Amino acid sequence: MNYEPVIGLEVHVQLKTATKAFCGCANVFGSKENSNICPVCLGLPGSLPVLNEKALKAALKVALALGCQVRSFTKFDRKNYYYPDLPKNFQISQYDMPFSEHGSLDISLEDGTKRIRIKRVHLEEDAGKLIHPEEGAESLVDYNRAGTPLLEIVSEPDLYSPDEAYAYLTDLKLILQYLDISDCDMEKGSLRCDANVSLRPAGTTGLGVKSELKNMNSFRAVRLALDYEIRRQEAELGDGRPVVQETRLWNEKKQMTLPMRSKEEAHDYRYFPEPDLPPFVISASEIEEARQGLPELPKEKRNRFAAAFGFSGKDAATLTAAKSFADFFEACLELYDKPKKIAHWLIGPVSFHMNSRGRDIRDLRLTPASLVELVDLVETGKISQLAGKEVLQEMLESGKPAAKIVEEKNLAQVSDAGSLSAVIDEVIAANKKSVDDFKAGKENAVMFLVGQVMRLSKGKANPKTAREMLIERLKA
Amino acid sequence: MNLHVLTAMELRSRLDSGSVKPQDILEDLRGRYESVEKKVMAFARPPSFECREARAAGALKGIPVVIKDNICSRGDLTECCSKILKGFVAPYDATVVEKLKESGASIMGKANMDEFAFGSSCETSCFHPTKNPWNLDCVPGGSSGGSCACVAADEAIAALGSDTGGSIRQPASLCGVVGMKPTYGRVSRYGLVAFASSLDQIGPITKDVRDNAVVLGVIAGHDDHDATSARISVPDYLAETEKDIRGLRVAIPREYFVEGIDPDVRQAMMEVKAKLESLGVRFGEVSLPHTGYAVAVYYIIATAEASSNLARFDGVQYGLRQMGRAEDESALIGMYKETRDKGFGAEAKRRLILGTYVLSSGYYDAYYLRASRVRRLIKEDFDKVFKEYDMVLTPTSPTPAFRIGEKTGDPLSMYLSDIYTISVNLAGVPAISVPCGFARSGLPIGMQLIGRPFGEADLYRAAFHYEQSTPWHKQKPKL
Amino acid sequence: MPISRDDVKYIAHLARLGLTEQEVSHFQGQLERILGYVDKLKTLDVSRVEPMTHVLDLKNVYRKDSVVPSIDPPAVLKIAPATQGQFYKVPKVIE
Repeated sequence: MNYEPVIGLEVHVQLKTATKAFCGCANVFGSKENSNICPVCLGLPGSLPVLNEKALKAALKVALALGCQVRSFTKFDRKNYYYPDLPKNFQISQYDMPFSEHGSLDISLEDGTKRIRIKRVHLEEDAGKLIHPEEGAESLVDYNRAGTPLLEIVSEPDLYSPDEAYAYLTDLKLILQYLDISDCDMEKGSLRCDANVSLRPAGTTGLGVKSELKNMNSFRAVRLALDYEIRRQEAELGDGRPVVQETRLWNEKKQMTLPMRSKEEAHDYRYFPEPDLPPFVISASEIEEARQGLPELPKEKRNRFAAAFGFSGKDAATLTAAKSFADFFEACLELYDKPKKIAHWLIGPVSFHMNSRGRDIRDLRLTPASLVELVDLVETGKISQLAGKEVLQEMLESGKPAAKIVEEKNLAQVSDAGSLSAVIDEVIAANKKSVDDFKAGKENAVMFLVGQVMRLSKGKANPKTAREMLIERLKA
Repeated sequence: MNLHVLTAMELRSRLDSGSVKPQDILEDLRGRYESVEKKVMAFARPPSFECREARAAGALKGIPVVIKDNICSRGDLTECCSKILKGFVAPYDATVVEKLKESGASIMGKANMDEFAFGSSCETSCFHPTKNPWNLDCVPGGSSGGSCACVAADEAIAALGSDTGGSIRQPASLCGVVGMKPTYGRVSRYGLVAFASSLDQIGPITKDVRDNAVVLGVIAGHDDHDATSARISVPDYLAETEKDIRGLRVAIPREYFVEGIDPDVRQAMMEVKAKLESLGVRFGEVSLPHTGYAVAVYYIIATAEASSNLARFDGVQYGLRQMGRAEDESALIGMYKETRDKGFGAEAKRRLILGTYVLSSGYYDAYYLRASRVRRLIKEDFDKVFKEYDMVLTPTSPTPAFRIGEKTGDPLSMYLSDIYTISVNLAGVPAISVPCGFARSGLPIGMQLIGRPFGEADLYRAAFHYEQSTPWHKQKPKL
Repeated sequence: MPISRDDVKYIAHLARLGLTEQEVSHFQGQLERILGYVDKLKTLDVSRVEPMTHVLDLKNVYRKDSVVPSIDPPAVLKIAPATQGQFYKVPKVIE
């Protein structure tokens, strides 16, 4: 029997508002434990929540960017369960009237794009953090994170492989970054992902029994966990054993999913409308205003780059893979209208430098103006392409402008006939065989001679000029 | 100087003229406390008679106020008279406390109450039951029994209580004092330990109507900390009380005058009607057809909300923590269960179980959802009446104070004693209880005036004119 | 509406209440009686009535996204049953 996997993803995104969802405590990462707390986020007796206006605005942006229908009337509900990281032992969330539903995300795959339906996007508050020291019989609680605004984005089970899941996460994260509403940093917990995966006989349309996977700390881990779980479920079914519906935790060390140790019970969350928060009415004009205010999204930008500048899909994707990168590119264009040339340098040497150090372009000692200066030096022949790379390296390390580096390192390319003349004559004199080969009809022999000119000039000769001059003289 | 028998306004004029100083009031109250508290037991724990001169100067400057043990005051024990909150010292002030302080009032201490406001008799306090100052074998009513008893016994000049299903009005009626439950949203709930979030309101308990108007004027108003507080300006309630009531239209709902009403209460109500008519008020009979469903709706919605609001009491951050037994699922769950088992009294547990049940999967639609629809019908009953009438008159309680221990065996019968006050909270409208006489047993009887939303001024007007033409507010219990 | 002892135990578990066997029986009877009383609501036709959670006609209540000073940690930690440094301490949570 052949099985095919069916995957749904639930992503939680922490919004980077200045304050928490329902109180004025600072929404920051890395503070000393229990220092950003107040009666509201601690859930002290008598405390009451009031919604942060920026949270709903940010949520609206995401909903529209994902093509969701936004409800004109929305409310919060209480999700009741007991856990030490949940101060009130209920979470303020949204149940039956989430503020947006029925959207989609087109993900980029090797062989094209695929539309993944988004079931819903809703707002809720985050819980605190639990720490479980190895030794001892106690756990520690830090409520700094309690009350942070979260967006929950739930996909329909439209993903059919771990690779598709990875693509979904990458493309979703890109949109969220473009909207600038979250840091989307899985290591810091500002983006979290749970996965539901089940198998069904190939070619059928029903849904099998699913496992819920948690504790994956990177997109890579999500792919590995799904891969492992799919193979595990296949093995179970292959041996005639049914898949048990359960929550399984990804174990990074052992590279496997394991069932949770605590006894699992079906939660009865006893949802009911949050009486402390009056409902919210979102007008059509507000939605339209938010829609107008959306920045150009990755897909639109990719398509525009390909159409306007003739980039390949791959290059367009690379240029838009981070908003900061695309912004940098466009800033360069404003100073120097040679998109392909700029792109060549950004996609090539600059990206190489960025990737080898795991950096964002904003962290580099490079400005659009300084890059443009370098590109212009190469384009006008003042330095060779090769020298240009060396200059870039120095620019990134020292922050010095290109022109200054060229001067200091004496990298100016020699292009005038007068300076090159002597070298040309010397090379022709010293390489009789190649000269004869060329005269005999081997056009390519000139390449060797050009190489010699480069060597003798210590790389400073303009190879194009050298080639022209050699051919002219040899033909004479 | 028998200062303790005076009202806040009477003390105000003496303080303003300089004939009395704030510490004189406190000293006198101390004497009164030492003399009668052992009989009445109105306080949750001993109050403070220390005089801290208030820098702020408002309507209540120099006046000490007692607040119910479920209202947070910074640095003070706020335990809702429950073991589970043992040792909880509030690190912040409720908004009403801030407003009292801004007005120059001092917080004298905390009044006894039914545990978490669950009750109509002040018998479920984890500390001790409070006695009715008019008859120490009887209950003062609840859950703000302590607040009402201390005002009635002149142990306090004025007090704050909270009202979810009648918890200010019913004890005010049983103790012969004035108690107002404002319109939902009129007074901030920030700092009030929540019982039922969509029903709770804090309100003043005083010796007379004008004091009540003054205190409400101080504590009312929009609060940014409370998303359910109304953005409606606060009128000068005191000035409003003086205005004429001739032509006021008052409705009497026929559903409130049926079986079960004590003959003395029925008689007192007839006399109230006659007195008000003589003052120029016009009466008419109306129907509030869904009255009979109110107790059922209340006990579903209020317990459901309470079960969620009280989930936070788990031994993690504050209050009682008890470790569980070895056979519990885990040490953590054992801690939750043992803490809540030892920390909550029987009535609290009963309401938590009922509230959890009506929200649980499979029952939500039949109970909670259905109750919230009927709630709308109850509110609409009032909306219809207020199109033709300015207010509604009813008894506050079907009987005067009952004996301590009389109703503790039958929770349902205790719940039914809230029958006249409960609809008011469900509809979110304001209501005041004003003394209107005494039963043959000598126990006070109260009448309830129910107003339209934000119609507290009208209520004060009618109550004030009634009060001033009757002797009830001048009578004191013999302690 | 009959309520079984198991029903009461399940509800008590949801509410994290550790009831004794005696309490279970006690509450079972009371719960049945109270639910029997509130069942009178079933006689009403509410099919065309909207539920009501909020009595006031308030909508769109927000607060500004500006930081307000937090509470001083000692103020709350000093009343905590168990702490370790600036953490709250609870029995170990097994996941």
